Amino acid sequence: MSAKMKRGQTGMVGGPLQANIFPTVDVAANLIKKAKRPLFVVGSKATEQKTKDGDIIDSAIRAMKNKKLTVVATGHLVGEFRKRGVEDANSMPLIVLGKYLSDSEWKGFDGEGQYDTAVFVGYPYYMEWLVESGLKNFTKLRTISLDRTFQPNAQWSLGWMPEPDWIEALDKIVSSLEEEA
Amino acid sequence: MSKKDLNIKFDELSSALGTFKGLQISIGKIIDEEWEEPMGPTPFPSVGTLRDWDRKLLERYKPYYMPICDLCCLCTFGKCDLTGDKKGACGLTQAAQQSRVVLISCCIGASTHCAHARHMLDHLLEEYGRDTELDVALNTNVEAPHIRLVCGYKPKTIGDLEEALDYVETQIVQLVASAHTGQEGDAIDFESKAFHAGMLDHVAMEVADISQISTVGMPKGSSEAGMTTMGFGAIDTSKTVIMCIGHNVLPSVDIIDYLMEHDLFEKVEIGGLCCTALDNSRYDNRAKIMGPISWQIRYVRSGIPDVVVIDEQCLRTDIVDEAAKIGAPVIATSEKSMMGLPDRTHDDADEIVADLVSGRQKGVLIIEPRKVGEVVVKTALAVSPKRTEYKNPSIKSLLEGLDRCRGCAECIAACPNNLPVMEAVKAAENGDLKQLERLQPLCVGCGRCESACPEHLPLLSYMYAASSESCKGECYNVRVGSGAITDVEIREVGKGIVFGEIPGIVALVGCANYPNGGSEVAMIAEEFLKRRFIVLATGCSAMDLASLVDEEGQNLYDRYPAVFDAGGLLNIGSCVSNAHITGATIKIANIFAKRPLRGNYEEIADYVYNRVGAVGISWGAMSQKASSIASGCWRLGIPVIVGPHGSKYRRNLLGAKDKDEDWVTIDARTGQDMYVGPTPEHLFYSAETVEEAIVMTAKLSMRPNDTTKGRAVKLSHYIDLSKKYYGGLPDDLELFVRREADLPFTMKAEMLEHLKAKGWVEDKIGMPDPTLVDRMVRRRE
Repeated sequence: MSAKMKRGQTGMVGGPLQANIFPTVDVAANLIKKAKRPLFVVGSKATEQKTKDGDIIDSAIRAMKNKKLTVVATGHLVGEFRKRGVEDANSMPLIVLGKYLSDSEWKGFDGEGQYDTAVFVGYPYYMEWLVESGLKNFTKLRTISLDRTFQPNAQWSLGWMPEPDWIEALDKIVSSLEEEA
Repeated sequence: MSKKDLNIKFDELSSALGTFKGLQISIGKIIDEEWEEPMGPTPFPSVGTLRDWDRKLLERYKPYYMPICDLCCLCTFGKCDLTGDKKGACGLTQAAQQSRVVLISCCIGASTHCAHARHMLDHLLEEYGRDTELDVALNTNVEAPHIRLVCGYKPKTIGDLEEALDYVETQIVQLVASAHTGQEGDAIDFESKAFHAGMLDHVAMEVADISQISTVGMPKGSSEAGMTTMGFGAIDTSKTVIMCIGHNVLPSVDIIDYLMEHDLFEKVEIGGLCCTALDNSRYDNRAKIMGPISWQIRYVRSGIPDVVVIDEQCLRTDIVDEAAKIGAPVIATSEKSMMGLPDRTHDDADEIVADLVSGRQKGVLIIEPRKVGEVVVKTALAVSPKRTEYKNPSIKSLLEGLDRCRGCAECIAACPNNLPVMEAVKAAENGDLKQLERLQPLCVGCGRCESACPEHLPLLSYMYAASSESCKGECYNVRVGSGAITDVEIREVGKGIVFGEIPGIVALVGCANYPNGGSEVAMIAEEFLKRRFIVLATGCSAMDLASLVDEEGQNLYDRYPAVFDAGGLLNIGSCVSNAHITGATIKIANIFAKRPLRGNYEEIADYVYNRVGAVGISWGAMSQKASSIASGCWRLGIPVIVGPHGSKYRRNLLGAKDKDEDWVTIDARTGQDMYVGPTPEHLFYSAETVEEAIVMTAKLSMRPNDTTKGRAVKLSHYIDLSKKYYGGLPDDLELFVRREADLPFTMKAEMLEHLKAKGWVEDKIGMPDPTLVDRMVRRRE
């Protein structure tokens, strides 16, 4: 097993179909940029993880400058966006979001239809693992994990990396999205 | 009362019809009772009897599956890869496999309570006799709502409970059989069967608890439930200490009896972990609650217990080895949990004591409760003076090996909550114990970090060492489990609950697999107590909510009245006492609304679902029992919220609030269909954070039957909590406001503006006499 495949929790092994690991951070950025309707999904651990912007919420706020990107906060996290002056972040419970992403008839937060790519960051490891398992098994949706450890049930995962490298990687991806804006 | 299996045999019978030789007549059961209520449509329902009702719920709350394993390895065709749209060798789909595992989990849970109940009942029948009258709660006629509802009979004696248990056992066998390879193949039918298992579970729990309440002298209502204490500081370590772990009170009763008969309470402290602790304190409130199940290793490593007694359920299966490290013998008392120990049930008590005290045997199995009482107390008294080296371990000895940490972080990856164990150990190595101390209340005590450590460092001991002084100061009041809600209480609050003027019942239930420690349970409880919900608690949650103490040193049990009324907080009791929570909702339908109970499951569930704003929260749900308890709630139409670890139950039951067609209900007054909004929105829901759970609880307390005043009360809490935790108004408010009068008066102007922007139209949402059951329509227009 390569170091990149190190999981966030030992027991949460993947099944026969496991995530691809991005060969480079640029590939990750490009894949998100190429999406027609990308959804950026931010979880409850976002305030605990430092980034160059401050924390993951600050990075997500910067990424929101790319108007193609829809941002949704799960848990009670939308309150953090609001505290930071951002009123247009969407809010939905993670489990409910998983259900809606599995529904081809869902119109999305803007009424324009289902998303084609969901990008997850800032989660308790096992909860992201499970929601991505549901999406892997029951949808054709492209799922991307930007968390710091390998997420086997995503379609694409950044894979494990030391914290300083991850901070650089996330910054590069967010900057790339911002540039496109 | 019904009697089973009447058989009449005639060698020769002459009658007007002729002469019959060798005539035998068998009648399954005869009814011999005075209950005037006519029998309902579904007494003793079989696996498929309530399938239509289940499907009504499951059509509205479709399962959302999140496989925790993509494979099936239950037969030798396997492993089968079920990923995506693949099928197994037997033809099973991924969705069906997930629901099959849900069913298996619920069957394990229901079997566990049923086996517990059978053990309890068999013993009590022998000890007290079949004709011992059921005496469950003060001023109460509806003594067994689940048995009346599901089985259709009214038990009068503890002997009468056998029939209900026979039924449950028979049905569980049918359910387990359906999970065999090549049996059930449809996901929704598996789900319906899981509901059936849950319903059976609540019957079994009821049998277990009402039989023990009626015989051993536990409180029969809140007015009889005093206080006991919980925590390390509650245990007088200058005495000999007996620690009982598990869920079945029987062995502990005989230990307590032995202590009383020999006047030994001055010398011996008896404490317990998990539900045994709760039930011990119901029996005698001198018995202390040591803490929730997650504190097992912590207590053992503290060296406090002189003897460890285990009964059943949620035990650490390595408890014998753990106890041996501190020189404490283990007495196993249940055939379900023998732990490899020699069976000494039939040996002389003093010989057993001698073998344990000498260390010739590190533990024994004794099935006979009276002998348990004698052996445990004698052993504890004899062992205690020999254990001084273990009793108060030095911090230094507990911290041994710190410098061997390799910094590999395996402990963090093994931890269910990814706690920063390694960093805390490294800090401790440099003399800073604060980080370890901070981990202690967050740790669920599973010990996986130690198991993963390549150096086998005793990481839980390190956490205890760092916090041992603060642990010793932990002493909280806990109200003793009060058991069933009395009929009088139901009469007094029924109207307020059904019309929504009491905003809801919040039941904090079960295990201690918390994402951020037990204090979050207290946080939930306090939020709803302040808002005058009725808050009920059982199991580990009933203990953990005691740990939130205000500036004056008072906790929630000190500050809130022990009443089944708005703003009241009740500890109902142990796991099996959960039947009284669902039982209370059934009794509201029966006592307040006069709905017939007897074998009338669908109508009562329909009533509870549409009218009783009860929400179950199992914030640390861990076990299969938790899944079957929840499943029994779902069939009754009671929503359940679990914490993030509950997502590992692999499926949720979620409504789609944007699909108006899903929320159409029949108006029983006219027979017409009516849109009622998504109330309640979900039936089984895993929350990511406690704040999310709190807001969702307020939302899920709404019901179609709420009066205008009731809906206004509920909306005010939903709005207020959304503002508090989400920093703004709910984004779905328009789905819950039926007419302007529903809006809380003080918020009306602000809300109307918000609703107008959302395109809200008054009266789109109806206010019917709601039912999902067609036969409940009184008159068709």
